[in-house]
Amino acid sequence: MQISMTINGKEYSHDIEPRISLAQYLRENLNLTGTHIGCDTSGCGACTVTVDGAAAKACTLLAVQVDGSEITTIEGMANGNEMHPIQEAFKENHGLQCGFCTPGMVMTAADILKNNPNPTDEEIRHGLEGNFCRCTGYHNIVKSIQHAAEKINA
Amino acid sequence: METFIGKPIKRREDARFLKGAGKYTDDIKLMGMTHSAFVRSPYAHAKILSIDTAAAEKAEGVVAVYTGSDACGTFGVPCGWQVDFKNGETMREPLHPLLAKDKILHVGEAVAIVIAETLELARDAAELVQVSYEALPAVTCPKKAMEAGAPKVHDQWEDNAAFDWCIGNDRTEVEAALESAHHVTEMTYKNHRLAPNAIEPRSYISDYDVNADKWTLYTSTQNPHLIRLLLCAFVLGIPEHKVRVLSYDVGGGFGSKIYHYTEEALLTWVSKEIGRPVKWTSDRTEAFLTDAHGRDHIVHSKMGFDEDGKIVAHLTDEYCAMGAYLSTFAPAVPTYLHGTLFQGVYTTPLIHLNVVAPFTHTVAVDAYRGAGRPEATYLLERIISKAAKEMDIDPAELRYKNFIPPFNGTSEPGFQTQVALQYDSGNYHGVLKRGLEMLGYEDFRKEQAEARKNGKLIGVGISTYIEGCGIAPSAVVGSLGARAGLYEVGHVRVQPTGKVSVFTGAHSHGQGHETVFAQFVADKLGIHMDDVDIVHGDTDQVAFGMGTYGSRSLAVGGSAIIKSVEKVLEKGAKIAAHKLEAAESDLEYAEGKWTVKGTDKSISFGDVSLTAYVPHDYPEGVEPGLDFSSFYDPTNFTYPFGTHIAVVEVDPDTGKVDLQRFVACDDVGNVMNPMIVDGQIHGGVVQGVGQALLEEVIYDGEGQMVTGSYMDYAMPRADDVPNIETDRTTTPCPHNPLGVKGAGEAGAIGSTPAVVNAVVDALSHLGVTDIQMPVTPKRVWKAMQTQA
Repeated sequence: MQISMTINGKEYSHDIEPRISLAQYLRENLNLTGTHIGCDTSGCGACTVTVDGAAAKACTLLAVQVDGSEITTIEGMANGNEMHPIQEAFKENHGLQCGFCTPGMVMTAADILKNNPNPTDEEIRHGLEGNFCRCTGYHNIVKSIQHAAEKINA
Repeated sequence: METFIGKPIKRREDARFLKGAGKYTDDIKLMGMTHSAFVRSPYAHAKILSIDTAAAEKAEGVVAVYTGSDACGTFGVPCGWQVDFKNGETMREPLHPLLAKDKILHVGEAVAIVIAETLELARDAAELVQVSYEALPAVTCPKKAMEAGAPKVHDQWEDNAAFDWCIGNDRTEVEAALESAHHVTEMTYKNHRLAPNAIEPRSYISDYDVNADKWTLYTSTQNPHLIRLLLCAFVLGIPEHKVRVLSYDVGGGFGSKIYHYTEEALLTWVSKEIGRPVKWTSDRTEAFLTDAHGRDHIVHSKMGFDEDGKIVAHLTDEYCAMGAYLSTFAPAVPTYLHGTLFQGVYTTPLIHLNVVAPFTHTVAVDAYRGAGRPEATYLLERIISKAAKEMDIDPAELRYKNFIPPFNGTSEPGFQTQVALQYDSGNYHGVLKRGLEMLGYEDFRKEQAEARKNGKLIGVGISTYIEGCGIAPSAVVGSLGARAGLYEVGHVRVQPTGKVSVFTGAHSHGQGHETVFAQFVADKLGIHMDDVDIVHGDTDQVAFGMGTYGSRSLAVGGSAIIKSVEKVLEKGAKIAAHKLEAAESDLEYAEGKWTVKGTDKSISFGDVSLTAYVPHDYPEGVEPGLDFSSFYDPTNFTYPFGTHIAVVEVDPDTGKVDLQRFVACDDVGNVMNPMIVDGQIHGGVVQGVGQALLEEVIYDGEGQMVTGSYMDYAMPRADDVPNIETDRTTTPCPHNPLGVKGAGEAGAIGSTPAVVNAVVDALSHLGVTDIQMPVTPKRVWKAMQTQA
């Protein structure tokens, strides 16, 4: 099937099999390998991207389902070498270790802060419940998102 | 001059990860690369009657299909540790074939591999492979596996035991002491099976270059050199120098990526057969079915006390599952990494542990974060808390009574345990005191008494752990059955401009080596850490290495680098003395330069480096260059310790446990980067909490795994846990140059019993004395009903 979408501000058009997930499409067709696949079942959240402004798990969306959408992936967060405040906050607060869940965490964090610019720790933890991290115990991820909120609101 | 050791330096790794530019194995694409999919057994125990690959071979895009009847079927992956039976019989070591040929021994065992142009086509074709099985009865519980008439895992032996083993004092002596003890506390429980669950699934690409007759294996491993050695010398019989193993970014390991897996070897074989690169990436269910698991011990234990509450004896019998085959380190886990920690932090004079390690119709069990030590700590810390309740002594008080007194390992000797090891240095009173302060223990007890009056169920649980880290020394592990040395390699290459490349055999998969190793190298050389680059994960660049596990990277790998730094400075001093026309003994090195003592005559590290590579004016008899490699084999393990305290509230109606606070006071020796140490503790603690409250791999009676996805296996999510309150005491390791002990596993080792102790404490006034982990709402509610 022919699909076209805007990804990180750029137009793409491909003829792909209907069974290809958005995550596979991003990784295999566009070489946007920052979107990671940790489970295939929406369980781990490593593949989180935004579709028309809302966080979505790219492993359980078919690429054809989001035909015509605007997608942002982790590669679209930084402005050249200037990292997004959320990315900066993760670095400053050691909000990542192995880095595999990190793209999904950053994209989910963006979604949390978009909907709630001043979240409590509890609201952040609730917002992160679709994303697994096996390294950090979440402590520094929560701290990073609080710090990012302060930066963005400043 | 700016120094770096001990500071919370932000990680240089982070930028690439945060931008989605990490280079994990599955992110790599090679020209002409093929993809693969496995056909795996749906049965735990079965005869393979026939395999028909004809339809798959003809399917669209298929390059090749292989089964155990092909040449690859004769190869098997080896075990790296030999533990013989107590009676002298050699450990039973079955061939672990790359593809099962006649018999299936666990669900998920690979029967065939299909290689195709795309992943989708490989998976389509794999579904066309017809395998006919005759299902057989299976046994998955290690205790049941040793019962008469249990289904046999390997037909060639009379029973399912892989080996048995014991450690400590004479059993009859320990039994006699228990007989005459004032009080004996007894426990029977299961330290249940866990799936490590690194979020990055295992992934491999093998690329055979026919013209060079060389392989490149890209692999998500913690252990690149050991993988190359095992693959070449013990599996495929190919020359080691013809294989380059590359392990770039690895998305977590926790033990599960230490081992040499069948898929790595099979892909290496396949890439030569087809003359093209081939990739395989596990999906999550395959990961549950085929990654080595952790724990799975059935435990029966007795601890005896005198009238003052001093421990007089400890006797434990365990059945510890090995799974269907022996994974790389598996035999060491319930033995030398477990029994040797049975002294704990206590003066127990008599200890005996007996282990029976059976094969089961399950995937292999091997080291998972902590590896044997969480199991030892769970036992000691649960039984001492249970004993405290039974004897009506405060659990903190009972620990204080039994602690080994503080010792620094230099002016005071190390502590000789009853179970082979000698502890390096420790102050167990210090961490408990600080942990109780952090919690506000006395106030909590008052609050608890009040809460109980109102029907609120709150509890506190203490755990005071010790662990053996920095796994090595080689002579010791060799005498204990290890088939490899456990030193580490550190290579320091000073470039002509004075910039430094460090090559380490340790491997970072989240630990931040690229930052931390640069911190201490910079300080030791008196240069900026931006001038130090850390290289790891490439067998062509790094001379050799034993990888990262057992909290060994800094204690062993860091020490190897320090040895090379010292050699650089030693040779540098010769060059400096020549250039300064002074005696070496008159020089001192500080802040990146050699100075003639008492003068302002000096030469910088950079100038000496350049001289070493442009040796026009150069000391006689000294070789050019400034490039040293060292092997460091430590004299002892390191012994981090700490106190973990959990506070929980139990919902009286549902039995749901709410972990409200978690306090961790750890002593990991000297700290290079406190930010990273705290991060290691946080993550470890939550993994341990996961075992206590949520996680369990369950096989049913037929050997089917019923927890094979994230829908069924409960890992801790962000809203399951609180912030972790951390602090430290510092008792340096006396036997390595940085005085470090290791922090990677501490959290997972100390936390589990603290949580379960807290749950039991919350319910103790209702008569609850023990609850099997994971303490799910169902189990807690049932325990409450049974007692009420």
